[in-house]
Amino acid sequence: MRWITTTNHKDIGTLYLWFSFVMFSIGGLMAVGIRLELFSPGLQFLDPDRFNQLTTMHGLIMVFGAIMPVFVGFANWQIPMMIGAPDMAFARLNNWSFWLLPFAATLLVLSFFMPGGAPGVGWTMYAPLTVQMGIGMDLTIFAVHLLGMSSILGSINIITTILNMRAPGMTLMRMPLFVWTWLITAYLLVAAMPVLAGAVTMTLTDRHFGTTFFNAAGGGDPVLYQHIFWFFGHPEVYIIALPGFGVISQVIPAFSRKPLFGYASMVYATSAIAIISFIVWAHHMYTVGMPVTGQLFFMYATMIIAVPTGVKVFNWVATMWKGSLTFETPMLFACGFLFMFTLGGFTGLVLAVVPVDIQMHDTYYVVAHFHYVMVAGALFAAFAGVYFWLPKWTGHMYNETLGKWHFWLTLIFFNMIFFVQHFLGLAGMPRRIPDYPLMFETWNKISSLGAFGMGLAQLLFLYIVIQTIRGGEKAPQKPWEGADSLEWTHLPTPVPYHTFEVQPVIK
Amino acid sequence: MKVSKLISTLIALSTGVMAAAVSGSAHAIAWYFQTPASKMAAEIDWLHQVVMWIILVIFVGVFGFMFYACYAHRRSVGHKAEQFHENTTVEILWTVIPALILIVIAWPVTKTVIAQKDTSAPDLTIKVTGYQWKWGYDYIKGEGEGISFLSTMTTPRDQIEGKEPKGEHYLLEVDNEVVVPVGKKVRIIATAADVIHAWWIPALGAKQDAIPGFLRDIWFRAEQTGTFRGQCTELCGKEHGFMPIVVRVVAADDYSKWVDEKKKSLAAAADDPNKQWDVKELIARGEKVYAGTCVACHQATGKGSPALKAPALAGNKFVVGAEQGPIDTVLNGRPNTAMQAFKQQLSDTEIAAVITYARNTWGNKASDVQPAEVKARRK
Repeated sequence: MRWITTTNHKDIGTLYLWFSFVMFSIGGLMAVGIRLELFSPGLQFLDPDRFNQLTTMHGLIMVFGAIMPVFVGFANWQIPMMIGAPDMAFARLNNWSFWLLPFAATLLVLSFFMPGGAPGVGWTMYAPLTVQMGIGMDLTIFAVHLLGMSSILGSINIITTILNMRAPGMTLMRMPLFVWTWLITAYLLVAAMPVLAGAVTMTLTDRHFGTTFFNAAGGGDPVLYQHIFWFFGHPEVYIIALPGFGVISQVIPAFSRKPLFGYASMVYATSAIAIISFIVWAHHMYTVGMPVTGQLFFMYATMIIAVPTGVKVFNWVATMWKGSLTFETPMLFACGFLFMFTLGGFTGLVLAVVPVDIQMHDTYYVVAHFHYVMVAGALFAAFAGVYFWLPKWTGHMYNETLGKWHFWLTLIFFNMIFFVQHFLGLAGMPRRIPDYPLMFETWNKISSLGAFGMGLAQLLFLYIVIQTIRGGEKAPQKPWEGADSLEWTHLPTPVPYHTFEVQPVIK
Repeated sequence: MKVSKLISTLIALSTGVMAAAVSGSAHAIAWYFQTPASKMAAEIDWLHQVVMWIILVIFVGVFGFMFYACYAHRRSVGHKAEQFHENTTVEILWTVIPALILIVIAWPVTKTVIAQKDTSAPDLTIKVTGYQWKWGYDYIKGEGEGISFLSTMTTPRDQIEGKEPKGEHYLLEVDNEVVVPVGKKVRIIATAADVIHAWWIPALGAKQDAIPGFLRDIWFRAEQTGTFRGQCTELCGKEHGFMPIVVRVVAADDYSKWVDEKKKSLAAAADDPNKQWDVKELIARGEKVYAGTCVACHQATGKGSPALKAPALAGNKFVVGAEQGPIDTVLNGRPNTAMQAFKQQLSDTEIAAVITYARNTWGNKASDVQPAEVKARRK
């Protein structure tokens, strides 16, 4: 009962984190299913329909069920503690925004058991293929509605908390960068999620109520769906990435024992990324046949994003420069993030170039690119955050040796899965196909083996976390020498259930 | 260290399997673009390499710094942290320099984008229509005008299901290849009949989404003869992975010969819709049409597929009922389902044949349908 009715930000944070781990496991199992089918050419385990359903649900579950909630979990735990507030601004709303999620997840998973199964349309749900799907499509649409509501409510809560509940002296430009990135992310969510809700609602009425938004025969346009979807979809990329940037901006200075380099420029760069992310959406659509001016505009705008992103990377490296570095697990994941996220950013620059993108659009090159951003970017940042704050939350140190094992295994297997997919894409393997010509066999085999290894390595993570919760070496108030935000400097370890009932004064 | 031992065993095991996988594959490993067969594809390749080299230099530079710091500025070697954390000059530098590099990249790219979009003055215009799950081609302007055919994958089901060894062009072979003359500007106008597909020939650097209800065009000029293969690249439902595109580029006079032959064979194949057919002939013909067009959803057994919402035809009262019912369904499709309108794709004779086949197979028994009846129902 405590967990159902709780309004405590720490409890809700924990709920979010466990929820996202469950979804991460389900989505991961689907990925293993996909890779199992792609291990060899030919159809072995899945019929093509089931394969499409798995790719669709893998995408939706990982994006909306795993990666977004994990950072909301961090936000719940950390934002009040980092700004010296007793809790989130709207504590009951906070409870509700979490408890929408399990229902949405149930709808998504249930769609597999409907006649016709889950929708096999890809996570982007392009019209008019969506019109051909069974009732599983409708469940998915309602799930997206619920997820969107949850995100919007959560974001309103986060914005209000950050703007109104900071401790005296905690000016905006003194906030830890994690809080800054979440403030900006929350604005992105409030702006982008309703657009997605609109797109799927139009799909719903096209399916059942005779509208023809996306049907040319009735005066509509299938490409309109893509414009609306990606107007949400590109900011969504940064909704996923920015909180991760925030975590990394806490971890790197802590283990470099040196303040973050260029704090102000980090804030400006993050804001710039957020704003530009709204004017680049059609770079996902270079092959729909846009006018040449459209293609050029979206190409230039996309290239510009590389500038503030570059600033962030340079700042992180400059923070490490002439520090006093140690490499505990959070720092390892942060370095892994920095290296591979930048790689994913660079392939993004390759894809921004219109003629090159036309060649690689909808191939495995794109799959490799966005997994470098989503997994090596967001997921690695999430792992860094978990290892970083776990001692604070549980009062115990995690097993450092196992943590390092988890990092290296994840790193190696991740690259085994996705680095070779660049080659597949260059050589011309389209994405979302259950079977492939023979020349793609070798890379697919390596990629599949990597996927099985990556899946197993995450069991180790679960073990480490449970072990840390159950017991282990007592953690001091500030286990990381270079950490300097309020939760380390003002609060005991483990943090009490209620914190900052009297607000601290920041000098 | 038990866990680490287990893990190292696992790693050893998987590298062993991997080595076996690599050496066991008979095909050459493809890891880069196919050899360009058009100037556009070559230009794309060149642009890709330019961008890659620039990226590589920056990447090595930036992470050179990072790894040097990881090596030299460790606490374990006694490095003391300095406390600098701001420098406006370097911030401006690493904002402006990347911006300049981007301009250097954008300049040649812009020229290519404009060239790629210029579909004016083609020598040959072909309309490409994506269907679930095959391609239709209509030569609408230039030599060969009037030629029209469908192109379906010919890889046998048994190869896909692993019941027989996979052939050389597994999944990349079709019954009717698109034939075009070498050195001529070919304009492709793409559209689709049902959902969005995408037409792609990597070696020609040509890709265009085929969007139902809209016409969108691209062009290519093949610089050498040969057969070039690609696949549909936009998820279009169940058989998305099984609708390849094959373009055969031939010399000018070979192309003229092909046009002559194709026109003759098309004329010969054109059926007189008023001919009275024998039931057996219709069923035999219908079986072929069924295998090429209907089998993906309604299955060889006629039992349909619940997953695709494709009803069973065996024992279906509607199928064996009044003739105009099935005729209208095949001609006009069923809205909002994968059952599309086949009136563009199939001739009267083919529709009559396939309906007669469905009405007299899998235990079904009903009257035959003649092409003239189909012709009469066309609106």
